[in-house]
Amino acid sequence: MKIHEYQARDLFRQYGIPVPDAVLCHTVEEVEARVPDDGQLRVVKAQVHAGGRGKAGGVKLARSKAEAVENARRILGMDIKGYTVEKVLIGNAVDIDKEFYVGLINDRNSKSVVLMVSAEGGVEIEEVARVSPEKILKVPIDPLTGLMEWEAREIALKLFPDIRHARVAASIFLKLYRLYLDTDSSLAEINPLVVTQQGEIMAIDGKMNFDDNALYRQSGILSMREVTEDEQKEIDAHARGLSYIKLDGSIGCMVNGAGLAMATMDMIKLYGGEPANFLDIGGSSNPQKVIDAMEILLSDKNVKAVMINIFGGITRCDDVARGLISALDQIRTGIPIVVRLSGTNAREGLELLRSTGLPTVATMGEAARMAIELSRK
Amino acid sequence: MSILVNKNTRLVVQGITGRDGAFHAQKMKAYGTQVVAGVSPGKGGQVFEGIPIFNTVREAREATGANASVIFVPAPFAADAILEASFAGVELVVTITEGVPVRDMIRVMPLARQNGTRLIGPNCPGLITPGECLIGILPGNIFKQGPVGLMSRSGTLTYEVVNMLTENNLGQTTCIGIGGDPVAGLYYRDLLQMFEEDPETKGVVLIGEIGGDAEEQAARFIKENLTKPVVAFIAGQTAPPGKRMGHAGAIISSGSGTAEEKIKAFNAAGVPVAGEPSQIPGLLRSLL
Repeated sequence: MKIHEYQARDLFRQYGIPVPDAVLCHTVEEVEARVPDDGQLRVVKAQVHAGGRGKAGGVKLARSKAEAVENARRILGMDIKGYTVEKVLIGNAVDIDKEFYVGLINDRNSKSVVLMVSAEGGVEIEEVARVSPEKILKVPIDPLTGLMEWEAREIALKLFPDIRHARVAASIFLKLYRLYLDTDSSLAEINPLVVTQQGEIMAIDGKMNFDDNALYRQSGILSMREVTEDEQKEIDAHARGLSYIKLDGSIGCMVNGAGLAMATMDMIKLYGGEPANFLDIGGSSNPQKVIDAMEILLSDKNVKAVMINIFGGITRCDDVARGLISALDQIRTGIPIVVRLSGTNAREGLELLRSTGLPTVATMGEAARMAIELSRK
Repeated sequence: MSILVNKNTRLVVQGITGRDGAFHAQKMKAYGTQVVAGVSPGKGGQVFEGIPIFNTVREAREATGANASVIFVPAPFAADAILEASFAGVELVVTITEGVPVRDMIRVMPLARQNGTRLIGPNCPGLITPGECLIGILPGNIFKQGPVGLMSRSGTLTYEVVNMLTENNLGQTTCIGIGGDPVAGLYYRDLLQMFEEDPETKGVVLIGEIGGDAEEQAARFIKENLTKPVVAFIAGQTAPPGKRMGHAGAIISSGSGTAEEKIKAFNAAGVPVAGEPSQIPGLLRSLL
């Protein structure tokens, strides 16, 4: 789960990480009412769940109140990578002396949390990692001890030769680590962490993601969730035991298992079609799940044909067939459906489906080919 | 021969009185696995389908000599169940449970290492040495004894591939589902080494997917260390970036973890990558 910059900023502040003053506004009127006319240099920033908002024109300097209002007018409602800007954060600009990067992630390889720091702050860290990986210092944190004070100080001293700065930076690393653990985060970034010309250290921009598996115990984080229409569909599907991701193609697919679902999408593409979605109905052959899945699939108006790909392991194909038959009884559709059943009790399942008149095939490849063909009629 | 499990493996089922634990305990026993104990705190002394139930893993191990455990307990309690098995001295712990918080797994890892416990999963279908021992939720009927070692991050895609191997008379030494989570136990490199050392395994199938760089590391490891042929398949070539494709670990982040990069790494290591699953048996046979 992702949150906005302003929400990450609130969390930073709660944990004692210094941030510049700012106001969050939803409308131009709100900007007019809340931003004082005091000659303060400010930055107007779009709040969207997408990177690269600066390049997209979603971040602008404002030298006056009038300019802040004007920039907010331009940015609010703007589309950035498919996300509509509904809020802007208007923060006091600071006189930056130096910019740094600080990040925490769950690292698959070391199976631990890794602290990453770099003197190349203010730019996309992925770009730094690609061009000059040696400029990023990565330190795996021992889960048994957590980040220790001396360790944080040692890392800070590599970036900040002035011990006064290093002490403040170390305390920020420790606070960020505490926040990361407390909230079951999967990514926490301060980029940039700056030293101002006045010698202050503060977090100018921040980003946090959270482990979806842990949301059950993170009600505070969950309450920050804001979603688009497509994401809401994915969340609703998840609540019904389905994993659904909408894509842009015309072949809807329903599959049991995430790996097989991905392989099914790939096969549709390989044979010249475009998948309309990723949809994993999981291990159960519960008819209600099949009905729910069909409803979700067919609510996408781009879908011209449906491919159902089931490999029966523990799931029995005859159970899936029964689920499908009752699903099709409830949902009448003119969209062609191709069914591939294989594995446990496939023969019985195919026998049951004969009464529906649905085309059935034995392999994934045939199913993909036929679905693509039917989608073009 | 085989790796990790065989006919001498003695299994304890943690969460045996839950719906999934009960169902699969029976299935595993019916397959021929030595299911010697179940654990369910508060139900010690009961017997389920001839399997004695204990309150703790330690009691189960002391009474039955269990040396492997399979975990079906719900996600919020799964990490603790792994630690219980590890501290009781169980050597191999297989976690089927899906949805375990990553922070919990990170805490488990160094402790399991200290205790010398091997972990598989979480969020995995388990493993099987055909004809000898099945641990987890794999459908035993599609597997067959033979010369192929297989490892995969997925469940049903594995069954699909195994079914094709078996139909093409390519049986298996051991098949392992390593799980779809970002932080997990035994991974490609560990298992490749074990298959390399197993005299019965003549060739290996590696099924990967988008997310992380374990496949790239495996490719380098194969090039440097393996004498046996490996065939790979990568799922998720059409997955959009930034979206979690069902598995928590299957996500392309900031342009890394793509199928394209993984396929390139395997090609560079001389490992053939199947364009679709049905090509795997043919590719493997040509190398054996």
